[in-house]
Amino acid sequence: MKQFWKSMLKSPSGVIGLIILLLAISVAVFGPMLFPNSPWRMVQRPFLPPFTLSSVPLGTDALGRDVFAGMIFGARVSLLVGLVSTLVALIVGVPIGAMAGYFGGKVDDALMRFTEFFQTIPSFALAIVLVAILQPSIYSIVASIAVVSWPPVARLVRGEVLSLRTREYVQAAVVTGQSNSWIILREILPNALSPVIVLASLMVATAILLESSLSFLGLGDPNLISWGYMVGAGRTVIRQAWWITVFPGIAILISVLGLNLIGEGLNDALNPRLSREGR
Amino acid sequence: MSKRVLLGLLLACGLTASALAQQPKTGGTINAVIQPEPPGLMLAQIQNGPTQMVSGNIFEGLLRYSPKLEPQPELAESWSVSEDAKTYTFKLKKGVTWHDGKPFTAADVLFSIEMLKQTHARARNNLAQVEKVEAPDDYTVVFTLKQPFGPFLGIFEVGSMPMVPKHLYEGTDWKTNPYNNAPVGTGPFMFKEWQKGSFIRLVKNPNYHEKGKPYLDEIYWQVIPDAAARSVAYETGKVDVLPGGSVENFDVPRLSKLKDTCVTGAGWEFFSPLAWLWLNNRQGPLADKRVRQAIMYAIDRDFAKDVIWNGLGKVATGPSASTIKFYTDDVKKYPYDPAKAKALLKEAGYKGEKIRLLPLAYGETWQRWGEAVKQNLQDVGMTIETIATDVAGGNQKIAEWDYDIAFTYLYQYGDPALGVGRNYVSSAIAKGQMFNNVEGYSNPEIDKLFADGAVATPDSKRKEIYEKAQKILVEDVPVAWMLELQFPTIMRCKVKNLITTGIGVNDGFKDAWLDK
Repeated sequence: MKQFWKSMLKSPSGVIGLIILLLAISVAVFGPMLFPNSPWRMVQRPFLPPFTLSSVPLGTDALGRDVFAGMIFGARVSLLVGLVSTLVALIVGVPIGAMAGYFGGKVDDALMRFTEFFQTIPSFALAIVLVAILQPSIYSIVASIAVVSWPPVARLVRGEVLSLRTREYVQAAVVTGQSNSWIILREILPNALSPVIVLASLMVATAILLESSLSFLGLGDPNLISWGYMVGAGRTVIRQAWWITVFPGIAILISVLGLNLIGEGLNDALNPRLSREGR
Repeated sequence: MSKRVLLGLLLACGLTASALAQQPKTGGTINAVIQPEPPGLMLAQIQNGPTQMVSGNIFEGLLRYSPKLEPQPELAESWSVSEDAKTYTFKLKKGVTWHDGKPFTAADVLFSIEMLKQTHARARNNLAQVEKVEAPDDYTVVFTLKQPFGPFLGIFEVGSMPMVPKHLYEGTDWKTNPYNNAPVGTGPFMFKEWQKGSFIRLVKNPNYHEKGKPYLDEIYWQVIPDAAARSVAYETGKVDVLPGGSVENFDVPRLSKLKDTCVTGAGWEFFSPLAWLWLNNRQGPLADKRVRQAIMYAIDRDFAKDVIWNGLGKVATGPSASTIKFYTDDVKKYPYDPAKAKALLKEAGYKGEKIRLLPLAYGETWQRWGEAVKQNLQDVGMTIETIATDVAGGNQKIAEWDYDIAFTYLYQYGDPALGVGRNYVSSAIAKGQMFNNVEGYSNPEIDKLFADGAVATPDSKRKEIYEKAQKILVEDVPVAWMLELQFPTIMRCKVKNLITTGIGVNDGFKDAWLDK
């Protein structure tokens, strides 16, 4: 573990990414405490440009709502959706991939055809359809993002498991009569985890983008403010009030960038060959 | 500030519209936006807003209405009412022909009425008091009523009762008649072509029955699905006329300031769209009158007018818009007063039960309005959950009474008997249908007042009845009235005389001309 942090902190992109993520998380956790008012509250006159009043540093939107407060509360929604939907996708994808890779044969065929079925549908289109059918809410958004993002996890885990299950230590476990589930959980998965972690960090970024795109199209949870919603709502007035779209847009850009940098740093840290080369 | 500029522009345009002294010039093409693309153009069968806007220039009604809603001759050149107010005799104009050259006669009127009774819900309702319609000769039509019906002369507008050609429709299946796709009317413009998703082209009717009219050669109705793109189309000169509601409200001030641009709020008097919140009177906290009154106090309607509608429109005082007959503002007032709202909620014993709010899926403005109202209601302690839905889904939820609060706006058609009563009388409670008494308000006194008001004579008696009805309704708050909407028409100042009637652009191209 110590080794891991050491190499992680050695990669500059990983450090920058971590700083951004920590910052975003602390904003999401503590920000709303500093802004007890709902971000939907109309606090000032509409279309107030940024940097004119210290009480609304980033200006107000078309209804006079504080853009800064919206961004703070939006961080919570965006990060939550990103993390939870990735978690759900992992919970679905990892077992499917592990079983397919471990058992092989018909089980593998059945599970992979099932996975391909989801992979052939363009993921964003599928997400839109799912949210539209289930009615937009935070739950349906998380569910639909999870549904479109688990197949790559399953395929990755399957590939890892396929290569690991022929190793001697796994065969040794089989010979000593360990149960299948024990072998998968204790012998194979821990060794297959590194690429999954890297993938997961990128999936969080993709999920944030997906949620923003859905909200942008008006398919967000109408009761929660999110960055994508703010960009979508400000889009039509961009010529009068650029700040309504630009600031949440920057927030999306920075957090997605941060997660990608973390992914890169993780990749460096978790890939033994790469990290040793650096030494 | 922008409000004042806008007001000035509105006034200025009112003046140009009345400056009739200028001699009209003939010729020219006008490009107008039509939003959204109409589902069809057969006005007798489809009554969507955009259909009325395009087809009102192809078809005609027996009468036309001034901005003050006084009847004016159109296909009927004169009319008389019998002493007992039960017989109306219309003299039709001679020498009127359909676009295919066949003459227009009383037989067409009788046929149109038969068709409309089956295809046009509002016409059927309007004609409910008619006992029989007869044509003693080719140019006379006589309506005999079961009892006197005050608003009768108000039902002949082109969208309410368009005249259709008997010789093309009789004996055919009306729904599949090929002329539905290439409508034939008597109006100043003839249908020429429709490129779906792109434009509808109308051309001048050279044999129009008013000599010299129309002045324009062609109208192109441009279909542009995106609101921002519609504004740009006007700015770049692709279109000359943006009818009411075709651009977002926040674009109106910017477009108004452009060179050679005129804006007017006129041309909607006949419709007088009134926006309100349906409140489901049947269940939950909203069944309590005090909670409904609290909603009226809680919502900042001046804010909605000034911010969301950019200062256009007027805060509503009750069930009637101020432009329609027998309106009174001598009713209970509901200023923005959150403290009073909180007190009323407390008195009613409201404990934060969840209330569902259904915004109207008509675009930006309505979505923002939904958000503002939600915030207003939350500020006085109500728990509001916004339900996201599309237009069809929203309509279905409202028609099935599966809502607590829902946004809407309805046309009023000039007379309380035509456009107001249908929302409050208990006979108009019909599950599965929209635009009636979906709030489930039921009050025998109101039922009687509206029943009496429709048939009372003379007008002074009607006035008394309707004023009483307005007072009772405003006290009971069956729905929460928001704003009398105003949809500004934006056009180049060189377009003259486009809006001269109570339905504006819908039948305005007859008199419009281009000053080159």
